[in-house]
Amino acid sequence: MTEDSVLDELPGDLMIWVLIVSELLVFGAGLAAFLAVRITDPAGFAEAQDALHRTGAGINTVVLVTSGALAAWALRLREGARRGAARLALIAAALLGVVFLWVKGAEYAAKAAHGIGWDTHPFYTFYYLLTGFHAAHVVAGVLVLLLVAWKDAPRNIEAGAAFWHMVDLVWVLLFPVIYLLR
Amino acid sequence: MKYESQKIALAYFGVALGLFVIQIIGGLLVGWVYVSPNFLSELVPFSTLRMLHTNSLIVWLLLGFFGAAYFLIPEEAEREIHSPKLAYIQLGILVLGTLGVVVTYLFNLFEGHWLLGKEGREFIEQPVWVKIGIVVAALIFLYNVTMTILKGRKTAISNILVLGLWGLALLFLFAFYNPHNLALDKQYWWYIVHLWVEGVWELIMASILAFLMLKLTGVDREVVEKWLYVIVAAALFSGILGTGHHYYWIGTPGYWQWIGSIFSSLEVIPFFAMMAFAFVMVWKGRRDHPNKAALLWSLGCATLAFFGAGVWGFLHTLHGVNYYTHGTQITAAHGHLAFYGAYVCLNIAIFTYALPILRNRDPYNQVLNMAAFWLMSGGMVFMTFTLTFAGTIQTHLQRVMGDYYMDVQDQLSLFYWMRFGSGVVVFIGVLLLIYSLALPRKEVITTDASVAAE
Repeated sequence: MTEDSVLDELPGDLMIWVLIVSELLVFGAGLAAFLAVRITDPAGFAEAQDALHRTGAGINTVVLVTSGALAAWALRLREGARRGAARLALIAAALLGVVFLWVKGAEYAAKAAHGIGWDTHPFYTFYYLLTGFHAAHVVAGVLVLLLVAWKDAPRNIEAGAAFWHMVDLVWVLLFPVIYLLR
Repeated sequence: MKYESQKIALAYFGVALGLFVIQIIGGLLVGWVYVSPNFLSELVPFSTLRMLHTNSLIVWLLLGFFGAAYFLIPEEAEREIHSPKLAYIQLGILVLGTLGVVVTYLFNLFEGHWLLGKEGREFIEQPVWVKIGIVVAALIFLYNVTMTILKGRKTAISNILVLGLWGLALLFLFAFYNPHNLALDKQYWWYIVHLWVEGVWELIMASILAFLMLKLTGVDREVVEKWLYVIVAAALFSGILGTGHHYYWIGTPGYWQWIGSIFSSLEVIPFFAMMAFAFVMVWKGRRDHPNKAALLWSLGCATLAFFGAGVWGFLHTLHGVNYYTHGTQITAAHGHLAFYGAYVCLNIAIFTYALPILRNRDPYNQVLNMAAFWLMSGGMVFMTFTLTFAGTIQTHLQRVMGDYYMDVQDQLSLFYWMRFGSGVVVFIGVLLLIYSLALPRKEVITTDASVAAE
């Protein structure tokens, strides 16, 4: 085929966009299910939500968005042929990812200390599934960021940053719906 | 035929078609038991007939996949198969194992024996010695095709095909692990059953379909490969955690209900993508390939797989729905159209494409072959509808109203009669298909002929 496809206009590799769309479908479906089940027991969900550590999650939002900005900045640095600075920005982005996981881990530990598990209330089933899946993606994202800091072709950094922005975006959707929505 | 060793496929396709006939006869017998429940109950009980129906299906589909690999890998790798002799030994082991299975099931030989007797788990009832034979045959196959590819040209089609076949063989190893805890038993059992048909088999399906599209439509390999990668990514992304839709009620933790519901809902996507792929390739393709029947089977495969596996699967995959429909005739409806669309049509598409080439003939009997497609597909679709109606009524009477199972079965008899009728139509279609594939006739459909007729 000689004709150009609109898909060719996407920045980065097609496959990373297939992954991003798939991930957004999964988290979107999870949030929709959460909101649907919430209708059946608004009082129970509100009560369960009050046990969450909102400040910690708020800090984590700032941490992750900053990390995302660093990853985007890294691509710009790399395209400006500043390889060393780009690598540092990627490593800093990965470190902020680790900070996110540390805060998240402290939150999970506090829940466990209070005897709260995934089957305590339907709210927590979704809380652990959605934030747990997201945290697993943060772990993967940190590894990806370190990988593209090492193999630092602009094309690789672009794919890594795109994945990391997806992880960002999902958290920015999870945070208000799970922690804040009354 | 470009490579002499492609001839191996002929033997595999022949045995596969033979087992296909046995499978359909088994289906007719089982279908008749639904109509007349005491039929053969003393001689060959329903459970044995059903085992033969399902096991022969799996074995002939596998033989078809192996044959397809032996046919297309030489063309993709641009060299002969590493060892044709090993390929025939592999076929011999599989035929011996199949005969062993049939004899063991029919006469229930060595009941309870750890090595020689049949094992209890559904679909993997084969005695242990047959399972070992299957593994040996799979190892021979993987060695043979992997060596061929390593020494030859590496293409996305052959890589994904072999990746799927490796996954198929490795996942089968779970057949040897049988925990005493029933929940664990089922959990691992699905690693074979689900991760085969909704995981690695989809890779095999996508790659064979891609090969057919490449040959039949003449679209650039680059375009075909891009589609192939997207389909495979979507299949694995949704299918692996989609296993969760089997973990709703077997004793596994409750969070599987949400994981299973969400991921398995996405399993529609790869099947939709395969259907879109097939039709877009045909529209874009400039080649007017004379083998119209192979194209019909390829398009039929992608379409019926989307409906059977995708739509009919989604119908009862959400746990809130499955709570009521689990194990009713809805499952049977889905199972029949999914297997027929995705894997039966796929195999027949590659048989129809390859056989004229393997036997060095023009594609004869196109009209007969296409008539067989419409008879078989029409029969299967009608069967799917009757079973879906039966399942809907069954779900309501049995699961909502709480009526007794056997009382409900009595009320479904009209549907079981119609199902048997549609099975007969499928059987006639199969006979017609085999006749059209096996026996040469003078009539050829070419573009010239159609021009002259206009």
